[in-house]
Amino acid sequence: MIHDNKLARSAACVPKRHAGQCLPPGDPCRDASSPDSEVGRYGQITGHRQAVPITTMLRLAQLATRHVGPLSLHVGLGECVCIQGASGSGKTLLLRAIADLDPHQGEIYLDEQPCSAQPAARWRAAVTLLMAESHWWAERIGDHFPCSIEADWLARLALAPEALDWSVARCSTGERQRLALLRALMGRPTVLLLDEPTGNLDEQSTRLVEALLDDYRQRQPAALLWISHDDRQAARVAERRYRLHDGQLTPLPR
Amino acid sequence: MNVIALSAVDLSLAALLILALASLSRHLRLGVERQLLLSAARSTIQLLLIGLVLKVLFANADLLWVATMAGLMLLVAGREVMARQKRRLRGSWGFAIGTLSMFVSSFAVTVLALACIIGTTPWYAPQYAIPLLGMVLGNTMNGISLALDRLTQEATGKRAIIETRLALGQEWQQAIGDSRREAIRVGLIPIINAMAAAGIVSLPGMMTGQILAGTPPVEAVNYQILVMFLIAGGTGFGTAVAVSLAARRLFDERQRLRLDRLHGQ
Repeated sequence: MIHDNKLARSAACVPKRHAGQCLPPGDPCRDASSPDSEVGRYGQITGHRQAVPITTMLRLAQLATRHVGPLSLHVGLGECVCIQGASGSGKTLLLRAIADLDPHQGEIYLDEQPCSAQPAARWRAAVTLLMAESHWWAERIGDHFPCSIEADWLARLALAPEALDWSVARCSTGERQRLALLRALMGRPTVLLLDEPTGNLDEQSTRLVEALLDDYRQRQPAALLWISHDDRQAARVAERRYRLHDGQLTPLPR
Repeated sequence: MNVIALSAVDLSLAALLILALASLSRHLRLGVERQLLLSAARSTIQLLLIGLVLKVLFANADLLWVATMAGLMLLVAGREVMARQKRRLRGSWGFAIGTLSMFVSSFAVTVLALACIIGTTPWYAPQYAIPLLGMVLGNTMNGISLALDRLTQEATGKRAIIETRLALGQEWQQAIGDSRREAIRVGLIPIINAMAAAGIVSLPGMMTGQILAGTPPVEAVNYQILVMFLIAGGTGFGTAVAVSLAARRLFDERQRLRLDRLHGQ
């Protein structure tokens, strides 16, 4: 099932790769989602799942940026880790450093490949940051989607099928936030850095976003690093939770 | 070809206009009277000096002297571009990018015109080289400073958008592409307007000067057309080079938007 999906989606993306937003062919991060490596790594097709250990996907080694760190963290493939903490504790700065948008010390590894050894744009396509506020540069929503998205994603977030034809100006903040999530998922990142992805959403939409992200995480499979202010949400979505305080992460009980 | 020479008394009469304007500024409390008088005095002294310099230069048409003069003009223009930026690049970059792109475009365009189009002998004949370079340089300077100012404003104002695009995996060229295009467009607007209005709304200064000096109008027009095209070429290519270099400098080796490389908030 997963296998079929991925074939379909990569076929849909290929003709538009030159648009620049899709990953170039032969990307090591993207190769993780190609059918061949899937067989080798997880043995899902051949049935040797237990024999091949799941490697750590995202690893922060002594990462330090303004006011944050040095800290270390592992986020496994298919795992969701929540980061909580007071406003101004540097949660957003931490995510920006992981996306390599801010200068930082220490190293970040994806599948043991250091961030500094990969082209910056390719790193960010694989380790994608979804900012707390969505920003749009073109007039029409669809102009921000050079690659295709899964057919059912709009419906699963309670967005109309014609949402891509909407103009950005007429969308509500909540609609824009959900569309920005789909825009980030469009590149099929291996790691999603989520900065309060449900900050502007009502309870119902929040649950829809949580469900879609949970599904994406398991199917892709992807690692999620999720900033949330809501204790109950963190308990719902995350396997592990940390509090960021004084630039350091302390584990929170489940 | 008799030009009516202007005496010091004639110029003093014209200077009364400036004095009148200054007193109006004082009366209306515009607060520009000091700047007005100062710049009028500066322009008088600078122009008198350049008159003397050109007199000497024309008498000794030596490549070294012409090159020295051209270099001096370039450095002053570079400083002017830097001074007009609200948020210029830190360090020597602010000066170097403007100066380098003016050097590339203005000098190339002027030398091309002298050697291949007008065909003066020697090609650096100061009567042609210095005024032509001055006109091209002056306009290129305007275009570049407008464009760079717009670029840094755009990058500051659209920081969140540019970083969103980077976060989605776009290359820096794509992330700042819209702002870069906008900046180059803004730098080109003055010369496009000038060309469109030339002859109908405004009689360009150079042509007017030649006509006053007794050149037949059709000759003067030909020169004016040449100069317009040279200015357009110099401004256009210079602006494109300057904006591209500055945009590159706004990102570091990891393609991060580095607004800390700009002065002031």
